[in-house]
Amino acid sequence: MPGPIQSIERAAAMLRLLARGSGHHGLTEISDSLGLPRGTAHGILRTLQRVEFVEQDRATGRYRLGAALLHLGTSYLDANELRSRSINWADTLAARSGQAVRIGMHLDGAVLVVHHVFRPDDTMQTLGIGAMLPLHATALGKVLAAYDPDLSAAIRSRELTSLTRRTIVRPAALERVLAEVRSAGWAGEAEEYMPGEASIAAPIRIPGGLVVGAMGISGAVDRICDTAGRPRPALVSQVLQAAEAVTRALAAES
Amino acid sequence: MVQRFVMAIDQGTTSTRCILFDHNARLVSVAQREHRQHHPRPGWVEQDAVEIWRNVDRIMPQALRDAGISADQVAALGITNQRETAVVWDRHTGVPVGRAITWEDIRTESLIAELEARPGIDQVRDRCGLPLATYFSAPKLKWLLDNVSGLRDRAERGDVLFGTMDSWLIWNLTGGVHGGLHVTDVTNASRTMLMNLSTQKWDPELLAFFDIPQQMLPEIRPSTEIRGRTVRVVPGIEIAAALGDQQAALFGQTCFAKGDTKCTYGTGSFLLMNTGNTLVRSQHGLLTTIGYQLGGEPATYALEGSIAVTGSLVQWFRDNLGLIHTAPEIETLARTVKDNGGCYIVPAFSGLFAPHWLPRARGLVVGLTSYITKGHLARAALEATAWQTREVVDAMNADLGVPAQRLRVDGGMTADHLLMQFIADVLDVPVMRPLVAETVSLGAAYAAGLAVGYWPDLEGLRRNWHLAARWTPQMDPAHRDEEYANWKRAVELTFAWAKSGRKTN
Ligand SMILES: Nc1ncnc2c1ncn2[C@@H]1O[C@H](COP(=O)(O)OP(=O)(O)OP(=O)(O)O)[C@@H](O)[C@H]1O
Ligand SMILES: [Mg+2]
Repeated sequence: MPGPIQSIERAAAMLRLLARGSGHHGLTEISDSLGLPRGTAHGILRTLQRVEFVEQDRATGRYRLGAALLHLGTSYLDANELRSRSINWADTLAARSGQAVRIGMHLDGAVLVVHHVFRPDDTMQTLGIGAMLPLHATALGKVLAAYDPDLSAAIRSRELTSLTRRTIVRPAALERVLAEVRSAGWAGEAEEYMPGEASIAAPIRIPGGLVVGAMGISGAVDRICDTAGRPRPALVSQVLQAAEAVTRALAAES
Repeated sequence: MVQRFVMAIDQGTTSTRCILFDHNARLVSVAQREHRQHHPRPGWVEQDAVEIWRNVDRIMPQALRDAGISADQVAALGITNQRETAVVWDRHTGVPVGRAITWEDIRTESLIAELEARPGIDQVRDRCGLPLATYFSAPKLKWLLDNVSGLRDRAERGDVLFGTMDSWLIWNLTGGVHGGLHVTDVTNASRTMLMNLSTQKWDPELLAFFDIPQQMLPEIRPSTEIRGRTVRVVPGIEIAAALGDQQAALFGQTCFAKGDTKCTYGTGSFLLMNTGNTLVRSQHGLLTTIGYQLGGEPATYALEGSIAVTGSLVQWFRDNLGLIHTAPEIETLARTVKDNGGCYIVPAFSGLFAPHWLPRARGLVVGLTSYITKGHLARAALEATAWQTREVVDAMNADLGVPAQRLRVDGGMTADHLLMQFIADVLDVPVMRPLVAETVSLGAAYAAGLAVGYWPDLEGLRRNWHLAARWTPQMDPAHRDEEYANWKRAVELTFAWAKSGRKTN
């Protein structure tokens, strides 16, 4: 067992300090109160600010608890913001893979499509932003379920609808698949949602590792999968790279 | 064989980006840094050209690092920039004379009124294609010469240089005080009010009208042409193109044929139509400008509908009102209500640009009742972008006599799904976004790549254009007409508020 991590204890102490009394303190007050060197206190405050647990008043430079702390249970990332921040990399993935790209977030036990890029062949396609997809039968859904313990549990205890003859409907089988997704870092699916169609997806994370969305491609099964019916490794790595690029973009600013 | 790439620097209003593209026009890496906006007085908007230069110094190496490539793998560099923003610097020290005056700055409003009364005013529009407005560079430059003590003397002695951001960056990249090139391209020059649109040379009559010493002006060059190599930041990269950001977007959208049109949604929004080698003069409040000029070829002209405030209204919601934390949250907020609740926002922050050209107009919010929530305001803000688009599209249609069949869009605001749908609804034509939303950078890359033979021809570039999203109109026509009438009434009210002003067009 490793011992307690000092910086986490210090961060907790800062949050407690800001949670009581006036709730507004300058850097010196905080470092003096906790007996920390100013540089150390500043580093921790900056990190807390980055994760939005602490806010700094623009005018006075004082710190207070962040609004995010009051809404810890609700969404971590605005869906429209995710679309904006990922648009370049979704376009690039569509261009590289030649397939349609979708980004999904979890909503009410299903996948909400927050972004959609057409398959770049200039054929007639319909924009699917706002559509809902099943968690258990799509690559996007499997990624979201795999990295969310509650969703994994919910899926296991629920009747899974069969959409094609390949849809995974046995909870035990799905549980195994989700474990594989976690160890591989990506999910695939062939004709489990629609006959003739397949998809690949990978997680989008915010700093710290929390999965906030999934990004993937979908298309004709013979394009997505090799002759053995497995997702083509080249496409898998393109999807992984794109999701990592979005993850890096989310970490870069904020 | 080592793979080669093309680099674009997009020096924008709010940030500067450095983007690397591969041969298939796919984005390989993006490095971006914002710079500060200074508002020393109401209506004044300034930027620090040195801060912008320092940002370039950081993002160029960063883009290479992120892509994992070296400078000798860069086949060419294309530079594109916010247009009109004026900077003057000392050629001996490289130090700017104060901050750059941006295109949004309206300090020259009373100067414009004075200039309107000058003899020769009737000629101005014919020569440069632009209405007299605070927006363009010449009034800003004149303001500096008139207000910075000793500056006119220094300009006449040839000690200070003027440029838009393309000139400033190229001068610095090619050596600065040690032999930096003082050049601009035809598209940027066409935004100054100092260039003759037909000859594409500095116009002596216009220089006289604005009282500008020619010694301080950069040399006007075609948009694509090998300018020289970088000697600073990342040395040895061939600078092969420069063009204004909106013209770069026209190029990036591969609008190479007469009639091809695009609208770019960023800080402001700009509708441009390629008019080929013909200089078309608008009867309906649009500008005539240069679309691009390929080295050794005649210039391609464009008609432009400039909208000053679109994305910046969203920024204003974020920074000045604090109603949202990030720009995209405007859509989330707007979706909390089903319509605008009767509320309209006319964001005439810098007066109204096309098609009205009313510098003294100021913004307003109308239709307020106790029913209105911030959700309605957010919706009205997005709708303002759509209705302003409708106005410039109507003007374009009226000038051409044939209505547009579709609208090609790009820019940061195209990530807003609600907005794009609303634009399709109010225009009653499909709205199409191509695969690269960073079309400004792509256009600069295309122009540079073309100049060095990295891409063979325009036709090859056109084949790279692919549809990424398409929004089709869904609004009931009667509802559309009613809403448009409401919008027009709101715009009329800004005229009334600016009653001391008069239209310049
Ligand atoms: N999802 C969104 N909804 C509405 N507006 C948005 C959204 N995302 C970005 N914006 C707005 O779009 C603008 C950013 O887009 P973009 O980067 O294309 O602008 P820009 O004008 O090129 O910036 P610059 O002036 O620095 O070149 C900002 O003004 C921002 O407020
Ligand atoms: Mg821009």
